[in-house]
Amino acid sequence: MKKFVNFLKEYSIFAILVVLAVIFSMGNPAFLKPSNILTILRQSCIMGILGMGEMSLIVVGGLNLSMGACVALTTVLLAVFTVNMGLPWGVAILISVVINTVIGFLTGVIINKTKIIPMIGTLAISNLVSGVAYIICNGLPISGIPNSLKFFYQGSVGFMPMPIIIAAVVIIIMGIMFKFTYFGRQIFATGSNREAARLSGVNADKIFIAAYTICGFMCSIAGLLMLGRMGSGTANTANTVDMEVLSALVIGGVSMLGGEGKVTKAVGGFLLITMLTNGMTLNGVNEYVQKVVTGGVFLLSVVLDSYQHGTFTLMRHIQSPKKAIKEAETNG
Amino acid sequence: MEHILEIHNLTKTYPGVVALDNFSLEVRRGECHALVGENGAGKSTLIKSIAGAIEPDSGTIVFEGKEYSTLTPALSTEIGIGVIYQEFNLCPTLSIAENLFLGQRLTPGLFQNEALMNKKAQEILDQFKVEGLKAGTLVRDLSTAYRQLVEIAKTVSKNARLVIMDEPTAPLTEREVEVLFRIIQEMKANGATIIYISHRLDELYQVADRVTVMRDGCYVTTKDIGEVTKDQLIAHMVGRELKKEFDQRSTETDEVLLETRDLGGNGVKPFSLQLHKGEVLGLGGLVGAGRTEYAQLIFGAKLKDCGEIYLNGEKIEVNSPEDAVRYGIGMVPEDRKLHGAILRMNIQENIVVPILKRISNKMGFVDAKQEKEAAAGQIEALRIKTPSAQQLAGNLSGGNQQKVVLGKWLANNCQVLILDEPTRGVDVGAKQEIYNIINDLAAQGKGIIVISSDMEEIIGITDRMLILYEGELRGKLEHAEYTQETILKIASGE
Repeated sequence: MKKFVNFLKEYSIFAILVVLAVIFSMGNPAFLKPSNILTILRQSCIMGILGMGEMSLIVVGGLNLSMGACVALTTVLLAVFTVNMGLPWGVAILISVVINTVIGFLTGVIINKTKIIPMIGTLAISNLVSGVAYIICNGLPISGIPNSLKFFYQGSVGFMPMPIIIAAVVIIIMGIMFKFTYFGRQIFATGSNREAARLSGVNADKIFIAAYTICGFMCSIAGLLMLGRMGSGTANTANTVDMEVLSALVIGGVSMLGGEGKVTKAVGGFLLITMLTNGMTLNGVNEYVQKVVTGGVFLLSVVLDSYQHGTFTLMRHIQSPKKAIKEAETNG
Repeated sequence: MEHILEIHNLTKTYPGVVALDNFSLEVRRGECHALVGENGAGKSTLIKSIAGAIEPDSGTIVFEGKEYSTLTPALSTEIGIGVIYQEFNLCPTLSIAENLFLGQRLTPGLFQNEALMNKKAQEILDQFKVEGLKAGTLVRDLSTAYRQLVEIAKTVSKNARLVIMDEPTAPLTEREVEVLFRIIQEMKANGATIIYISHRLDELYQVADRVTVMRDGCYVTTKDIGEVTKDQLIAHMVGRELKKEFDQRSTETDEVLLETRDLGGNGVKPFSLQLHKGEVLGLGGLVGAGRTEYAQLIFGAKLKDCGEIYLNGEKIEVNSPEDAVRYGIGMVPEDRKLHGAILRMNIQENIVVPILKRISNKMGFVDAKQEKEAAAGQIEALRIKTPSAQQLAGNLSGGNQQKVVLGKWLANNCQVLILDEPTRGVDVGAKQEIYNIINDLAAQGKGIIVISSDMEEIIGITDRMLILYEGELRGKLEHAEYTQETILKIASGE
């Protein structure tokens, strides 16, 4: 019984998903149609792939806010390679994967060497990468993308859309990596206590940089899907994706303190964020109101994360002056 | 003569240790009263009780005739007690004046009256008769001695009549020490009373009026500084009987396991050591003498400046803990909770961290069976008390956490073990168990280096001892030569 309660507590995110689904379908029955469920899944894919990269970073104790910029750069690069330079689609994908992976690696090296705060460092890199993307395409969308590239987002195998297949493969591989490989374990050890892990013989620097490199790789895959979704290479795409990914992960129980997180629950987080937007749209909720709601949900989940880990000191701050005055009075 | 501070029967216990045992002390107004004692004699606990940082179990503190059973930091400051800790508590980017009046409003209204603040600060600084020190100078531009002066000025600005200094000369150069001593004279001339804590006995003869010796949390004696020699002080400091029984062990062999040649860096002057198979080698000295720092060099946790390390006669390159672990060297660090156990992971995950790679297949997948066996093996061998291997390390007692850290290295089959304060914060029963484990490991032919501030422990458990003083090797003792006096003499730089 206790085990069952713990199980429910642990995976409460899925209970919330069900409750939300019921509420949304009461407002608009179309919400539960198979086609809409497929839509939600499809819309979650890019976030899911980026989320796997960001998750390895947050678990190891880092952060990357330049993923949106890298995704945009990827769409521009793929468009330039295929439309302007006429490269075969395979080669174009390969080059963009290499470029993104290198960007991820360099980001990791810079942050690890200089010990700057990852949030600030990657914010700078985000602007830098985004600027490069604008320079390459001169700020204009590049259309005429070959169908071979669009297929990765728009195509399907049988009834199953391509992006869902790709995201599922990525998530399953990452899930196995986190849970069963020594590399995954070292990521968790480093994130839980970097110095203790280092003193246990883990090459913490290497693990940290590797996580950034993985993140870079994920940006190239997500960029490929984004290109298919937009139908053109655009430098101003995906500029809110960093925030969405972060809030999905925190809602999915990946602690911002590092060293903690489960892929299954993170997937719940991706679905929840997409479902919120989708459900509110189907129920005719104003777009700006939606922004307020998703922002509020993000804030709430971060506060809950802090509360769970005992770093939530708001209450103590409120109490302490009163207590101090009381003590001073009793002491005369 | 009037007493500014009287301490009556103060007692404070921590799990497994009596830090202060019915301690009493009287400090006269206007004197510089030195407090000496070995590592762990209870000096820090005493200061913290007077400063209000901890709450004693029983006893009273009488300050200027008023009796207090417990103090809080705020109350202690208010009644006129100031403490200068070894770590300074200053904002480096602010000026001296701003640091002195941090959190105080000199005039009502929104704005701080900067001119008035600087004027007041300058008046305080001028009391110390230091040439050319301006209240507007930024703290980050000051040398260590002047930063200390700012700390002292802070206590004076808060009207402190009793100032406690915890090893104030430790970070200072010789010239800076002279400045400090002159400042202390000025403070005394202005009517302040000083409690002065130091490991450097020589200094006491220059600065102190009276000296009190503490040992194991107890009061030993108080003397006028002119009436007591250094040898007598040392004799008072160590005069304890060694009551704990340590098993006799004769596992030491002639075979050299680990050797360092002129290894130096990380604040330690180069020296060499040899560790034999089956030997327990002690690194002695006072806290901060460079014992931990030397161990970090062997383990690769800090980079060496010079020297070589040999394992079984072969030269090895240790540039990171990763290298050391590969060569079978393990270290149990001083700070168990911060650097030893990963508290947010469970016992099993902790134990397998160093061997993850070894128990994985070519694809990088960890063998779950081997992982379980490794953890279960250590839980059994070290008798870690836990319902299961899945228990979070953070939920274990200190002794069991320490065993988990040890188990990590034993699972890796380490030949050389460096134990830095292995029984700190561990209860009496678990202490004995750790000693038994050390004996067993020595019997298995492992080489063990023990760093300990506990005199009884380091005498009882080690076969040989190297003693450091301020980053330098000062003496080597065989077990037969061990006496508390010799050890403390060498450790005090005599």
